[in-house]
Formats: sequence, C-alpha cells, structure tokens
Amino acid sequence: MDLVAQALDGNRYALARLISLVEDDDAASQTALSALYPHTGQAHLVGVTGPPGSGKSTLVNALAKLLRSKDTTVGIIAVDPTSPFTGGALLGDRVRMRDLAGDPGVFIRSMATRGSLGGLAQATNDAVKVLDAVGFDVVLIETVGAGQSEVEIARTAYTTVVLEAPGMGDEVQALKAGLMEIADILVVNKADRPGAARTARALEMVLNRNAAAEGDGWLPPILQTIALDGSGVSEVLKAIEDHRHHLCTTGLLAERERLRIEAELLNVLQRRLLNRLVSRVGNEQIQKWIERIAAREVDVYTATRELCQSGDRGAPIADPPRTVDLEC
Amino acid sequence: MTEQLRVLIAKPGLDGHDRGAKVIARALRDAGMEVIYTGLRQTPEMIVEAALQEDVDAVGISVLSGAHMTLVPRVLDGLRQMGLDHIKVFVGGIIPDEDRDALKEMGVAGIFGPGSNTEAICDFVRQQLTET
Repeated sequence: MDLVAQALDGNRYALARLISLVEDDDAASQTALSALYPHTGQAHLVGVTGPPGSGKSTLVNALAKLLRSKDTTVGIIAVDPTSPFTGGALLGDRVRMRDLAGDPGVFIRSMATRGSLGGLAQATNDAVKVLDAVGFDVVLIETVGAGQSEVEIARTAYTTVVLEAPGMGDEVQALKAGLMEIADILVVNKADRPGAARTARALEMVLNRNAAAEGDGWLPPILQTIALDGSGVSEVLKAIEDHRHHLCTTGLLAERERLRIEAELLNVLQRRLLNRLVSRVGNEQIQKWIERIAAREVDVYTATRELCQSGDRGAPIADPPRTVDLEC
Repeated sequence: MTEQLRVLIAKPGLDGHDRGAKVIARALRDAGMEVIYTGLRQTPEMIVEAALQEDVDAVGISVLSGAHMTLVPRVLDGLRQMGLDHIKVFVGGIIPDEDRDALKEMGVAGIFGPGSNTEAICDFVRQQLTET
C-alpha cells in the first residue's frame, strides 16, 4: 500500500511521512497531494496567532483538550521560526502540549518556517490539507510569534483567533493595520494579570463595530482567558463554533475558500514560473545581472525585463547586453 | 531540495535538570538542524509518539536521574515496536562507565556525559544521520 492509502487508513507514521514529503517539497509530494485533495474540505481550519509569549501554544493545548472531551479529533500544526543564519530551528510548542500526549485523536506536528515571512511555512497549507484529508475534524494552526504584519494565517484558516496579553502596548498599537484586522475572535489571555480589562477595553474601542456589521455581519468578540488553567477557553470554543456557523449560513465560507484558493494558485504559479525562468535562463546569467546591478550599470527593472524576455525566448542568451557606462 | 535533518530532544523521567537538554537543542539548532524540544517529564511512550508524529531522524535523550537503564530501553523498544528502527538514539547526562556498553548493545548510537563538546555532539549526530 502506498503512503496515501496507508495514511487514509489511519496509519500515523504514513501521515507523518506525508507531511515530511510536503515540507521537503519532494517530487512525490505533488502526486500524494493530488490523491489526497478529493478528501479535503471537511475539517474546520482554525488559526491561532499573536505575539511571542502571549500563550498561543497553551491556548491551542486547552482548545484541543476541550475538543477531545466532545470526541472531536484534532490535528495541530505549530509553526516556529527558522534561523536566517544557520537554517536550523528550535521547535518548542510541544512543551505546552504535554496534556495531549498519548491521545490517538490528536496529531501534533511542529513546523519550521524555512524562510517564509508571513507567519507560516511555505508547506503549512499543504500540511493542513494532509491532516484534513485523513479525517481530523478540526485543524488548529499556530503561527510563529506574530508582530504586526504576519497575516498569512487569515488566508489559510476559516476562523482566525488573535491573542493579546495585557501590558503590550497602548491603543495606538491596536489601531495599527495588520494583525488586529484579521481577527475573527480576539482573546486577551493571561487575564489574571493586571491590566487585562484595560487591554480588552482598548481593543473594544478600536474595533469599528459598525463597519464590521456592515461588512460581513460578524462582530469579533473580545474574550478573556487564562489558558493555563482553562478559564474562558470554553467561551473561545463557543465563539469558534459560532463563527463557523456564521460562515456557513452567510455563504462566507465559500467566499473565503475561493480567496484562499486564489492566493494559493497564484502563489504556486509564481514559484513555478520563477523556477522555470531560472532554469531556462540559467543561474549563471542571473549572477551576471546581479553583478551589473551592483555595479550600477543597469537597474533592477531593466534587468528583470531582459531576463523575462530571454526566458520567453526559451534559450539562454549569450551575455547580458552591455550598456554605455554611466559617467561617475 | 535537500532533506532537512530533524532531531527530537527529550527529557524522560522525573529529574528537572533540563539545562543540558536545552544546551544541546540550541547547539543542534545552530548546526542547522530542526530541533523539536519536548520539555520535562516525558514518559518513554510520549517520546516515541512525538518521534513518530514529527518524523525525526534522531532522538536525543537526557537523563540525570540515574534511571537511564530503565527509561532508555523503553524508548528503544517503543521505537522498534512502531517500526521506527531507523531513528538514531543518543543519550546525554550522568551515565556511569559501567552502563555504557550495555546501552550501546541495546542500540544507543552515542553517549555524551558532562563536559562533552557540543561541537563534537553536532558532528556526531550529523555523521550518524548522513552516512546511511
């Protein structure tokens, strides 16, 4: 039996291997994903994001425990950053998920960003598909510790939970565009710390509730939790279920799905086209252009135009045409 | 695409001395590997399950409680039962000389006591994982 059949049959190691294939962008992964794709689309995809140390892993752990008590199976993808210098990574999200060990209804996979900057790894989307296909009811996706602009999760998940912790900035921080805007549910975690109510009020003030109501009709609730002892977590789960219901009844689910697929298709297309261009033109040519740009002989747009043209012609050109040297 | 090496660093048993495990996790990270750190007080079963889910190439076990002759064989047996014989296991911590041969016979690939050079450990892991 091949890996896909084994994974669909419930073999956990086959599932783990498939995620590795997807992560390593192995040639076999695309065949596997084609076979798995018809089985996807069943799971509810929930993103959990927020600043480092706000309690994402702990909340994911608490949510998964609660879901398991309702006999819902849970797949978890936890993303941590890759070092830009060594390519190594320390993936430590499992430390907060000890409670879930030994439960066959839970599968946790740690993932390094491997150079992606949007808060997820390149392969996160596909890894989520694998978990979805093999039948997990809910897939929880934990992003890297997010700052202000790691908003990719909103394209991957149907419901995005944004975590904040007390004392991390004033209202102006909350007013800034980006992370706050993608929240379907806002959670102030560590609510036993001083300032939690103030943080919640600050968030409330900046959420333009009227605009939200006119937009997609969903008012992001602002909830307070102490993820460590589970306080308030059932309210978060309730809000996730409500949001799912809202998406289904308003037709927004299909709309989000379409946006997600569009982004994904364009992304894959972009990578494929780039790879094709690079292989047609040859890395050597690209290096030559880089040198010329660095020497201020041409600018990056001219170089791109020339590279695209030679890529279209399908054959590598001999040498970049020399332009007249600019006077120094 | 080159395959990225993935290593699980685990602390079984009840001792709370995780400095060594963290130092090794950090060193392997700096050597360009993806290190999954489990945290304290893992049972051998939890370690085996984590190794399976994370599809790691190696498992590093840190034991300072003296319980290595109980815990390490249980991890090795668990990995074998799950068909994960290909995963290399190395052990760090306080391991008396008289236990070393026995552990190696059980299938432990390397043992590193106090004072071990982190660079040597990284080289060892990389070599173990790339020679096959």
